Amino acid sequence: MRVVTRPAPHIRDAFNLAAALRWQLIALAPCVAMALYNTGLQANLTLERLKLEVAPGWRGDVIQALGVGLDPLSFVAAVIHGALYFLPILITVGVTGAFWSWAFATARHRPPGQGLAVLVLLFALVLPPALPLWQAALGISFGLVVGREIFGGIGKNVLNPVLVGVAFLYVTYPAQMTIESSWVMVDAFSEPTYLSLGALQRPEALAWVATPWELSFLGLVPGAFGTTSTVACILGAGVLLYTRTASARVITGVLLGMVLTSILSNNLPGDAYFSLSFHWHLTLGSFAFGAVFLATDQTTSAMTDTGRWIYGFLIGALVVLFRVANGHHPDGVMFAILMGNIAAPLIDSLVVRANIRRRARRHVD
Amino acid sequence: MNPGTGKLRTLITPLVGDNPITLQVLGVCSALAVTKTLATALIMSLAVIAVITVSNAAISSIRMHLPRSVRLIIQITIIASLVIVVDQVLKAYAYSLSRQLSVFVGLIVTNCIILGRAEAFAIRNGVVASILDGLGNGLGYAWILIAVGTVREIFGAGTLLGIVILPTTAAGGWYQPAALMLLPPSAFFIIGFMIWAIRSARAEQVEEDEFEVTKAGGP
Repeated sequence: MRVVTRPAPHIRDAFNLAAALRWQLIALAPCVAMALYNTGLQANLTLERLKLEVAPGWRGDVIQALGVGLDPLSFVAAVIHGALYFLPILITVGVTGAFWSWAFATARHRPPGQGLAVLVLLFALVLPPALPLWQAALGISFGLVVGREIFGGIGKNVLNPVLVGVAFLYVTYPAQMTIESSWVMVDAFSEPTYLSLGALQRPEALAWVATPWELSFLGLVPGAFGTTSTVACILGAGVLLYTRTASARVITGVLLGMVLTSILSNNLPGDAYFSLSFHWHLTLGSFAFGAVFLATDQTTSAMTDTGRWIYGFLIGALVVLFRVANGHHPDGVMFAILMGNIAAPLIDSLVVRANIRRRARRHVD
Repeated sequence: MNPGTGKLRTLITPLVGDNPITLQVLGVCSALAVTKTLATALIMSLAVIAVITVSNAAISSIRMHLPRSVRLIIQITIIASLVIVVDQVLKAYAYSLSRQLSVFVGLIVTNCIILGRAEAFAIRNGVVASILDGLGNGLGYAWILIAVGTVREIFGAGTLLGIVILPTTAAGGWYQPAALMLLPPSAFFIIGFMIWAIRSARAEQVEEDEFEVTKAGGP
């Protein structure tokens, strides 16, 4: 319930940290659903293509015990198979995160910080399904400790802890985080993401554009757990914007930056990546997820209204720049947002100073 | 740090209490660049210990004859000469390691620790005290480099001084090397964690806040 008084002073109900975090969890629900369904769907599709009757490893035993089968058309089969990939990672990340949160709270004689659930869920959703569990634990440890707890807990960090953890994994274990085999794991068979296909076979990079764009928009393609579906991210954005948990200026800024930069790159001579149009940039990789859930992080994004436009625009432009001009990193979304995080205090400072100068000029006598 | 009150303290304080890297945060550039393996870290440490000890001794012994206006030029000349000698010795006796260290031996000239000790200590203290101070600061620099080099080589390549400690997956073992450890930023993190540990144990090293930090539970 929102209470707003008509004449000033305006009293509003308490929209505190706990409420913001709760809305973020709710907004993530569509992405979690896609993580469960799409991961299983991709695994089942791959099994069908390989003409395998049994899923490899312990997952095959569980699926047989449950008797749900591996039919790609069956919703239940896909969700069960997807859960067998997603839940172990989620539980590992959750337990590791809870441990560090507890350890720092105990050492500092403070109550445990809020926001662990959102951090854990965001982190698990951007991981590739085939990531070894110990690497997931290592990633959240680095992200939580170096990205947040060192600075004193939630609200005091400079960089988004999710992205710190992911960037750490990306640099430390590039094989598991980038190579095509990470995204759908069925023993020895690998399904490249659209982006990594482009990066690996640059001359033939446009081959994957033959895939229907609608599939990529819906998110029924191989990729990280929760980032493939643009639709799920749009639903999440709806919740975040309606409850004013996330800044519409940041999200619009990211979109604007991406669209304008990709139009620019389309008009430049270059390889297939340069001619990638903006509706593909929107659905590929973790762009939509990053724009809605990661760039809008309230602690690490710009604080001023004008600053949020600039901050968002910068991130959107950098994403396209990293994608088209740097073939080694197929998906630069997280690095673009980290760059935005680094630039945010500077942007705010410039905006505030410009505002002071503008207002001072009004009073020149 | 008064030479009269105990020469041993001159030697020991720079190890942890007044460490050039973790407290003064000097010489970090080379600490990042040469710690990929323990071997390079060791050679670099020896080179710096040699240069800083001899330069402190030389500068201290001529300190009465140094005109203040040209002292920096003379100090740098002495340090640069020593560095060239060290560089040539390395090229003669450890050529492959010298190649790995590339410019960083030459860059000892610009290492702030060495000129810093010359300016801060050797220029106004006796020869023996200056030698001990140089040795202490050199060792303070060295143990940090060796610690960082050890961690980076073990976790980045699974080896220590070339001997296999953790058999890597590429060689049929179980350990998957952390590629981050092969990159210079990892040294930043390791040194950062060391500073954190040292300052947690010795609270007197914690600097005062440059601005007021809002306390938890405050507005």
